[in-house]
Amino acid sequence: MGTMSEEILSAHVGKDVVAGDIVIVPVDFIMGQDGTTSLTIQAFRNMGGKSVHDPDKFAIVIDHNSPSPLESVSNIHDQIREFSEEHHAILYDIGEGVCHQIVPEKGHVLPGGLVIGADSHTCTYGALNSFATGVGSTDLAAALISGKTWMKAPGTIKLIYSGSLPAGVYSKDVALHMVGKLTANGATYKALEIQGDVIDSLSIEARMTISNMAVETGAKVGIMRCDSMVQQYLKGRTTEQYRGVDATEDARYDKIVEDDLSALSPQVSKPHEVDNVVPIAEVAGTEVDEVFIGTCTNGRLEDFSIAARLLAGKQVSRRVRLIVAPASREIMLRCIEEGILDKMVRAGAVIVTPGCGPCVGTCGGIPADGEVVLSTANRNFKGRMGNSNAFIYLASPATAAYSAINGVISDPREVFE
Amino acid sequence: MNNLRGRAHVFGDNVNTDYIISGKYKFKTLDMNELAKHVMEDLHPGFYKEIEDGDFIVAGENFGCGSSREQAPLAIQAAGVGAVIARSFARIFYRNCINIGLPVVECDTSHIREGDELLVDLRKGRVHNVTADRSIGAVPLPAVMVRILGDGGLVEHFKKHGGFGIGDEG
Repeated sequence: MGTMSEEILSAHVGKDVVAGDIVIVPVDFIMGQDGTTSLTIQAFRNMGGKSVHDPDKFAIVIDHNSPSPLESVSNIHDQIREFSEEHHAILYDIGEGVCHQIVPEKGHVLPGGLVIGADSHTCTYGALNSFATGVGSTDLAAALISGKTWMKAPGTIKLIYSGSLPAGVYSKDVALHMVGKLTANGATYKALEIQGDVIDSLSIEARMTISNMAVETGAKVGIMRCDSMVQQYLKGRTTEQYRGVDATEDARYDKIVEDDLSALSPQVSKPHEVDNVVPIAEVAGTEVDEVFIGTCTNGRLEDFSIAARLLAGKQVSRRVRLIVAPASREIMLRCIEEGILDKMVRAGAVIVTPGCGPCVGTCGGIPADGEVVLSTANRNFKGRMGNSNAFIYLASPATAAYSAINGVISDPREVFE
Repeated sequence: MNNLRGRAHVFGDNVNTDYIISGKYKFKTLDMNELAKHVMEDLHPGFYKEIEDGDFIVAGENFGCGSSREQAPLAIQAAGVGAVIARSFARIFYRNCINIGLPVVECDTSHIREGDELLVDLRKGRVHNVTADRSIGAVPLPAVMVRILGDGGLVEHFKKHGGFGIGDEG
């Protein structure tokens, strides 16, 4: 009898778990990426690990530094490939895409399941009603050996987003609004349950944008209900049986926040903190040098479809470099098939490898000193994109694309007037 | 290692893991001594050179927010820092510290100034500010973390117990 998190943890350990309990819990899927898996391999060996508990439930994605820009990175990738072969893990190599797109896209995430990943944005899978959270490399190694991890059941903050979003306002604006309101540590150690009419109206892709940013409030998970949209998304991706989990009526919450978003404006996060969120009017007119559309937050088909509609027949400002990274091979192919890539490239966009490069500052679009970047990513920390003397603003794909044309941060609602 | 002594290096709130060790370095190498040279570089250039073995990083709220990179606590450890003392920690970072055996102390840090000499009693959960002659109580670690830290981290814990050696087997 409890919140979604308590229900999922209880079902996994076979007894009632309430917030604050510490449990050893079996995990349904484990994910590592190239930036964290090398340390996992070390820890796995140091722990005396001989084999992976269930190799069919373990994927490694080479996405953070891909394709390798350096010898040292190539050698790390080589180690990862060897390890995955030795232990029969699922490997998604360079160009397959960003881990947080690949893992749900390939059907590895099921409603009511429990997933850990050695990447903080693992909470993205909450959009599929999964208790999914980021852990470190050593925690991941322990789970690879034992099939389990330890968890402290979190208390829950329920967010109910009611109303309907105005034209030109998207799920990214909801995500930024959420982080701005809760702040960077407003939900530390807690679960977020995110629901309401606004969430019900969004596609799974758009919902992932919001769950993805749950960690920016300090939250452990950002979990949503399992509805027909989730079932539809999973059709053709998995043949496994699953059962969505909802909170019981007597669930106890630390806090319930009701928020009508019918008048929400496009939101922008200013340098250098994600929770430094303002309505677009406060920063409109700021000159930009680079615009980046992609990442595990906003690199999905719907995002590029929105961007391409704004870019079609237009030219990116001469002062702006527009860099685009589809979040997966599948998304890139769909962008080609639907003419989205054509529109973006003709408008002046530069397409880079499906992966994380520009967002984490490893490759593919490092800004110069003093430059301003408008990005659809989830973090704008100083130095995040590889140069600590650059200034990163975060916004929706619509705001990003429209601003790329104008050369200054611009309100995409102007197009709908 | 229940009693630690060192000087305080004070930082603010929301120090994220990108500041602790930037992504542009952490993906390049697994050599923590190399990464240690860049600890806190974007917040405090040259910080690495100011650390004497056993010194403390002292911070405000939400220390270690952001990415799950374990290179962050590993680089702090390799730089010679004896413990991180903060008002509060981000959860993945906190777990990572325990897992690698880097002590973390959660307490009111508002009265600790740059350069203050501190005595940390991990067992009792107290921080004594020698310079200010003031003692501060710390939030106790969850029992499971005490076990893991007591074994020297999660790797040693697993070696010792052949798995999770913590009761409450699910």
